[in-house]
Amino acid sequence: MTADQIISAPKLIVRDLNFYYGADRALKDINLVIPEKMVTAFIGPSGCGKSTLLRTFNRMYELYPKQRAEGEILLDGQNLLDKKQDLNNLRAKIGMVFQKPTPFPMSIYDNIAFGVKLYENLNKHDLEERIEWALKKAALWTEVKDKLKQSGTGLSGGQQQRLCIARAIAVKPQVLLLDEPTSALDPISTAHIEKLIDELKKDFTIVIVTHNMQQAARVSDFTAYMYLGDLIEFGDTSTVFTNPKRKETEDYITGRFG
Amino acid sequence: MLNLYTRRRLTNAISLGVSVLAMLFGLFWLGWILWTLLEHGLPGLGAHVFTQTTPAPGSSGGLINAIFGSVMMTSVAVLIGTPIGILAGTYLAEFGQRGWLAPITRFINDILLSAPSIVIGLFVYEVYVVKVGHFAGWGGALALSIIVIPVVIRTTENMLRLIPNSLREAAAAIGAPQWKIITFVTLRAARAGILTGILLAIARISGETAPLLFTSLNNQFWSSDMNQPMANLPVVIFQFAMSPYADWHSLAWAGALLITLSVLTLNIVARVMFRQKTNTQ
Amino acid sequence: MTTLLHEASLKRQTVFDLLFRNLTRLAAFSVLALLAAIIGSLIVGSMPAINAFGFGFLTSSEWNPVTDEYGALIPIVGTLVTSGIALLIAIPVSFGIAIFLTELSPRWLRRPLGIAVELLAGIPSIIYGMWGLFIFAPLFADHVEPWLNDHIGTWPLLGPFFSGPPMGIGMLTAGIILAIMVIPFIASVMRDVFDVVPTMLKESAYGLGATTWEVMWNVVLPYTKIGVVGGIMLGLGRALGETMAVTFVIGNAHELHKSLLMPGNSISSALANEFTEAVGDLYTSSLIELGLILFFITFVVLSLARLMLYRLSKGEGQGA
Repeated sequence: MTADQIISAPKLIVRDLNFYYGADRALKDINLVIPEKMVTAFIGPSGCGKSTLLRTFNRMYELYPKQRAEGEILLDGQNLLDKKQDLNNLRAKIGMVFQKPTPFPMSIYDNIAFGVKLYENLNKHDLEERIEWALKKAALWTEVKDKLKQSGTGLSGGQQQRLCIARAIAVKPQVLLLDEPTSALDPISTAHIEKLIDELKKDFTIVIVTHNMQQAARVSDFTAYMYLGDLIEFGDTSTVFTNPKRKETEDYITGRFG
Repeated sequence: MLNLYTRRRLTNAISLGVSVLAMLFGLFWLGWILWTLLEHGLPGLGAHVFTQTTPAPGSSGGLINAIFGSVMMTSVAVLIGTPIGILAGTYLAEFGQRGWLAPITRFINDILLSAPSIVIGLFVYEVYVVKVGHFAGWGGALALSIIVIPVVIRTTENMLRLIPNSLREAAAAIGAPQWKIITFVTLRAARAGILTGILLAIARISGETAPLLFTSLNNQFWSSDMNQPMANLPVVIFQFAMSPYADWHSLAWAGALLITLSVLTLNIVARVMFRQKTNTQ
Repeated sequence: MTTLLHEASLKRQTVFDLLFRNLTRLAAFSVLALLAAIIGSLIVGSMPAINAFGFGFLTSSEWNPVTDEYGALIPIVGTLVTSGIALLIAIPVSFGIAIFLTELSPRWLRRPLGIAVELLAGIPSIIYGMWGLFIFAPLFADHVEPWLNDHIGTWPLLGPFFSGPPMGIGMLTAGIILAIMVIPFIASVMRDVFDVVPTMLKESAYGLGATTWEVMWNVVLPYTKIGVVGGIMLGLGRALGETMAVTFVIGNAHELHKSLLMPGNSISSALANEFTEAVGDLYTSSLIELGLILFFITFVVLSLARLMLYRLSKGEGQGA
């Protein structure tokens, strides 16, 4: 069974994707399908290209000189890598949460309003409603509803990360990219976020990069194993973890590797 | 004959002793200069300094016109220099990865940062004073603003570089356009540091004398017209100190104490502020 | 969901982005324009003098407003000699301070001492000048210069440099005050470059049983020598252009003496003293040419300083 047959509703289709840091080729001919409203995990040893791949989905690499991607990434059939594609528009459709919490230097309220106000002219009431919705979705509402005017940087690490998730979903993106979202958090906050991911996949297509294999096994429906810029194996998570087709995947998962 | 080990230990002890002396040598001058200022400056520092204008030799007077002129020219210089400095610093930090403009500007700016200020006075004399035909407060402010710009550029760039890229990425990830990322997120996050830089720039120009000699010159009387020669503390101190009159000397010392106190206060406030900011981050 | 995104708003953002980017670029460009304007205006202002005296300006010690003949030799020599004296004193002292701050000082003292050194740099130069003229010079004349005359003044070779009437003001005094002024600049660059030496490198040397001095002299200094030289050049750039402190104590005499105790002149003090009183185009223009020469010298020195400091920080990046 190939991945394509499993997936009935593809959200993102990656075709012959190559990525370069200057002359170094960091991704090699990646072909992949990300299913809609499911959680797809990218795993692999450090430097395998999993974060690089994730960052091509919102063209984050364009902030830096000498980084470029070749190939196609189709979002509902539209090529994201097309130069004509408006970058900001694209990024509003594809949200992202980072390794470390990145609250903006403003209040909790403004942190979320900042993104919403970029693309929508909401009146005060609707904006407040949206902020409440996003904070509830991110399971943060009860903790912060009385201190929305306080600075976002004053929250705890786990709360900051959920604030960042709220900020990302407040824009109502279609895809949510999570780049090792729990690697800087304690186990309790991690559990919070994993539970949240399970909730969020009802509304969003989620792609998560993680170096924690248990986490991938717990939260994802599909798993891609990458090594040195190659996509080694891709399939539904239970198959990849219990009955991998490739020897390399098995070695990595059973810990005989790296 | 000392054995090798003893000789090595002796060399070490002597050279480290010398390094302690060097430290004391540096502190000694600071202490001596500050002491001199207090000793000579305090007796002359009465209410008259802040209420009367600069006197003719032999009559009584104060420094109020000079203090006012210094404040005016410093403020205008900061108002001109800060926006240019912040914008240029932003370019270097945020857009400077590509192209030739940023590295060259950075290099030239570092040179302007320590360029002789008297040459800046000459420049403003040539392009402003000669054109309008007389010395004027505007010229002094212009010269000082040229000293402010490189300081602000430097600190703005350094402070923006301290902002982690992840913050820019996070703002870009929700689709914010670059100008919003920079003005609402990165510049905001760096604002305490940039303010520190502005304070240091004010400290730097409030004692500058050389660039004012040929631009604002001096004015013995009260004047708030920036289009006329304008009194200012450093040039008054220079003229009074170089004069043969004892009461002028006493006013010069009082002015010197005032300038030094304000410069040192600005320096310390700036450092404390920056330290608090870096501690909470 | 995409219907919520306004096409017009997107267009407007792109325009704002473009405007903002070009505004900052314009500001950055204005720095280059400023430099060009400074050089240009100085050249234009010196044209009459350049036409009148040519290269002879650099080697002539004439400076006579009455006959309208000018040469830059005396102020150039004065600038170089006073800066040279300043460096001779400031380099070892700054090195000592930097060693003290990085290796010897107890942790709790580092910060206050660092601030004290930076305050020394923050004191306006006119204060140094006043203090030098009223406090330092008289003491120097009464106690140090007679001693110099009696002891070093009698030596062969070196003697002539240190004999002369003990007036207190002169090249030596100016050099010493410049030294005090540039010490904090050189010391803080040295401290900063010593701080970039990887701890592991120092620990390996200590691990072999090296003393603190041996670690500094044989490991830290070679590792950071480009940065140290860069810091010294930065201090030199400051000393060359320093105006007010020198103007107070150098004596402002267009005379060329072998003795460092005699009054002299430097480029910046000649400008500060004479510019506003200069009458006649050629006089003014000669002074502006002096300014051009000063700018040229400091530009070269500061460029070298920056290139060295850049090289150090780049090398550090590659090493890490």
